[in-house]
Amino acid sequence: METAFLIVSAITLAGAVAAVSLRNLVHCVLAAAVAFAGLAGVFLTLEAEFVAFAQLLVYVGAVSILMVMALGLTRHVTAPAGARAWAPWTVGVGVALLVLAAVVSAVPAAGGPQPAGSGWVAAVRVMGETLMTRHVVALEVLGLLLTAALIGAGVIALPRRKDEE
Amino acid sequence: MTTLHHYLVLSALLFSVGLAGVLTRRNAILVLIGIELMLNAANLNLVAFWRHGAHPAPVDGLVMVLFVVAVAAAEAAVGLALVIALHRRHRTTNLDELDSDGDGGSEGGAAS
Repeated sequence: METAFLIVSAITLAGAVAAVSLRNLVHCVLAAAVAFAGLAGVFLTLEAEFVAFAQLLVYVGAVSILMVMALGLTRHVTAPAGARAWAPWTVGVGVALLVLAAVVSAVPAAGGPQPAGSGWVAAVRVMGETLMTRHVVALEVLGLLLTAALIGAGVIALPRRKDEE
Repeated sequence: MTTLHHYLVLSALLFSVGLAGVLTRRNAILVLIGIELMLNAANLNLVAFWRHGAHPAPVDGLVMVLFVVAVAAAEAAVGLALVIALHRRHRTTNLDELDSDGDGGSEGGAAS
């Protein structure tokens, strides 16, 4: 358990750091895919199997591919060298470190609650029943939202006609 | 034994990395990646609290994660479509250039 968590969390953090720091944008997107896959592994160590596989399907399968496609369509493979000014870079990292310190100081001390006893693998069944009963309205709204996003993304990305420009 | 503490610290680290990416990178697609990393950190918090909560736990935490994942997917689709539209209009995905020397027309900001 401990070893598995260490491995997947190291993969996740390394992928995340690479995703925001590499120069080649394609490498960034691929590193982000590694981070998403590592996070699916973290979900597995938490015994949230369904969420882990949903994470794999949605993020590694769909969002990463979408980002690679957007990169290809915008033909911006390499960030212009030297375009990154030094001051905003340090300010951004400094703000991120401040937020990290604030959040970590709010985390309860080590040795917090132990996970509930294992051997309760019926979560997927319970999730399905909950989705279809208590959260059914939210589920329907979510379907509507996804349809709207599908149509909206198509409309936004369509080329404009000449008379509109 | 891995406790809740480890997961929360990992989540905070992931969130900070995403935030640093959003604040430092100038490419719109990389900013979107940073936002996705922050959403993933929030999801990790939800799952960790669900796992370490009452037993037998209601699955509300997991259902919430599923909703967040779905909304994040919709957000990524619309965001990337916006990036493509911006690139078609301004020939760049650099947010600084978009900010400073856009076409400046009143319809330019609203239309794209």
